[in-house]
Amino acid sequence: MNRNLLVQSQGNLIAELAARFSGKLLLRREIPLDEKLFQRLVNQSYFTPTLSIKRNKFHYICERCGNRKRRLFANIPCNSCKKDHLYCRKCIDMGRVMECEPLYYWTGHEPKWKKYKSPCSWTGTLTPEQKRAANRIVQAVKNDERELLVWAVTGAGKTEMLFPAISHLLALGKRICIATPRTDVVRELIPRMKQAFIHVPIQGLYSGSPDMEGTAQFIIATTHQLLRYQSAFDLIIIDEIDAFPFHSDPSLAFAVHRAKKSASTSIYLTATPRKKQRVRMYSKKLPHIFVPIRFHRTPLPVPRLKMCFQLKKNVKRSLPPPAFIHWLKTRSNPERQILLFVPTILLAQKMDQKLGELLVKEKMIRREGLLETVHAADQDREEKIQLFRSQNIQILITTTILERGVTFPSVDVAVIDAGHTVFDEAALVQIAGRAGRSPSDPTGEVIFFHDGKTEAMEHAIEAIVSMNKRGGFR
Amino acid sequence: MYCVWCDGLCIPEMNWENLWSMGRTKTLCNQCENALKVIEGNRCKKCSCQLKEKQYICSDCMQWEQRFKQDPLKFNYSIFNYNERMQDMVTRWKYRGDYHLSCAFEQIFIETFKNTFAFLSKKVCVISIPLSSERILERGFNQAKVLADYLIPKREEFITRVYSEKQSKKTRKERLATKNPFFLTKKVNKPVILVDDIYTTGRTLRHAAELLLENGCPAVYAYTLIRS
Ligand SMILES: [Zn+2]
Ligand SMILES: [Zn+2]
Ligand SMILES: [Zn+2]
Ligand SMILES: [Zn+2]
Repeated sequence: MNRNLLVQSQGNLIAELAARFSGKLLLRREIPLDEKLFQRLVNQSYFTPTLSIKRNKFHYICERCGNRKRRLFANIPCNSCKKDHLYCRKCIDMGRVMECEPLYYWTGHEPKWKKYKSPCSWTGTLTPEQKRAANRIVQAVKNDERELLVWAVTGAGKTEMLFPAISHLLALGKRICIATPRTDVVRELIPRMKQAFIHVPIQGLYSGSPDMEGTAQFIIATTHQLLRYQSAFDLIIIDEIDAFPFHSDPSLAFAVHRAKKSASTSIYLTATPRKKQRVRMYSKKLPHIFVPIRFHRTPLPVPRLKMCFQLKKNVKRSLPPPAFIHWLKTRSNPERQILLFVPTILLAQKMDQKLGELLVKEKMIRREGLLETVHAADQDREEKIQLFRSQNIQILITTTILERGVTFPSVDVAVIDAGHTVFDEAALVQIAGRAGRSPSDPTGEVIFFHDGKTEAMEHAIEAIVSMNKRGGFR
Repeated sequence: MYCVWCDGLCIPEMNWENLWSMGRTKTLCNQCENALKVIEGNRCKKCSCQLKEKQYICSDCMQWEQRFKQDPLKFNYSIFNYNERMQDMVTRWKYRGDYHLSCAFEQIFIETFKNTFAFLSKKVCVISIPLSSERILERGFNQAKVLADYLIPKREEFITRVYSEKQSKKTRKERLATKNPFFLTKKVNKPVILVDDIYTTGRTLRHAAELLLENGCPAVYAYTLIRS
């Protein structure tokens, strides 16, 4: 081979590696290259190692997940260095970080991402309210604003509001990530984004996803997956920023912060900002835009409260209160499917059978198979959600796992034991927001069965009423 | 204390019955402890699998009896059922290599051992089923060895493994047909208790047992954390 060709093929190799590893922070075993090539790349500073677990005077820090809790580090007798040393327990599900193994970051050139002339294949039109928000997001991106919070009521159509800003950046050859704490939301977003940007390669990352590489220009991922990135993205959009576990797990905020480039924009999307975010908004530390109206311009359904004195007794026997059955029979539109929220996985599982039998006996459903249950630990969750969406299931019992991000066209929503602590204000507003989502059936009933009004219920209703007012409804 | 599985707070429940155990450290919170299922009621006297009332040994063990004139294993005793939570724990412990999780099993592993093998005199050897060296490098530790090290008498080492095999990737039939992957480095003349994390088909344990018996060992028992 002559020298020129050799240089050229070396160049090609580096370009290919750059596309695969740029923006990633990985353990050696996550880099599938043979040892000889890998060592050469390290010697030539294409890969730069950094300590994976740092020790300072008072604590240890895991450089992958940001863990600083002493109890989430443990000692292990290491076979390669023949002594005991630390590993991180916090991020172990992503592969064990050992004190003796560094993390590697790509320090070669960044790949040249493709510039798309008109990447957006979506043909719909934005409502004036969506348009206003979309323009604000574009402005934030153009001016390299650090962060912007988009507070849009449930059903405002926030995904579409992102299209102009995403198109703008793709035209400039920038790299984009949409991250969200919930796997279900990622799964729901992937097909919608692929449809809206038909010519742009998009990869979806979540635990167990078919794509695992995460090398695309446009990534949709659970926030957890961002732990493998460093200075990768020009735009990070965090959907459902207030969702558990994002707002309670510090390592996720750490991951997002590290995954974006230093000059980049973060867009936060939420229908129910937490207090922390509200305080920052009202003190003008966090710029925001408010979208008070649903895209089909019908007010948000306001929950009704139904007091049931015997609720605890009913729940103990794994049954909903009789008032629920009564409501079921007297709904204004009996054609609608039903989303039934319960506070715990255990109750969901137990109620599944009991309620199924009862409803068949009461002739409310034809057979028990028309009632199903989903929860966080349910392996068939994806299929059941699909069956519910295709209307092959009439009633879906669920925990708060379906409180947000998933959209069904025509449902009534009921909450059993709405006074339970898992139903905080944000959860209740989100749950209520599942009703009336489609233009063809823009209303829907929301009813909370409880045995004592809580502040969360009151605040949720106040919040919904006040958003309707801001949206121009009385 | 914090739970080693869920990192929630462990609050020891206090009542008169468990006052004696108050001095011990809790490693799992009550919820996580209850999520694990100890094998209760009637079990196969040979392999510890759950059996209907009045049955003595299961059909699998019957087949073992037929296959060998005498089953090389006296019996296996397991503590836990392999329910969903246990599978999740094993995944993190064994396959992700969360070494610290071992401590969740320490107490019950020691206590059950005392109750189950008290009938054997002190003259008994405890050995763990070895992993191949590649597997060790990959995971960093051998969970069977960690378990055996909790026990008294002290664990001894006189079998090693030649082949590396991913048992979990095989079908039942393939597993049953595998060659004996072990060889002996020392002769034994005492009864042996083999320690492993999971009893699945019992093939691996019987390979080790056959080898021991052929080399002068009078009796072989197995003690495993989980019956899958
Ligand atoms: Zn970590
Ligand atoms: Zn080491
Ligand atoms: Zn726990
Ligand atoms: Zn048996």
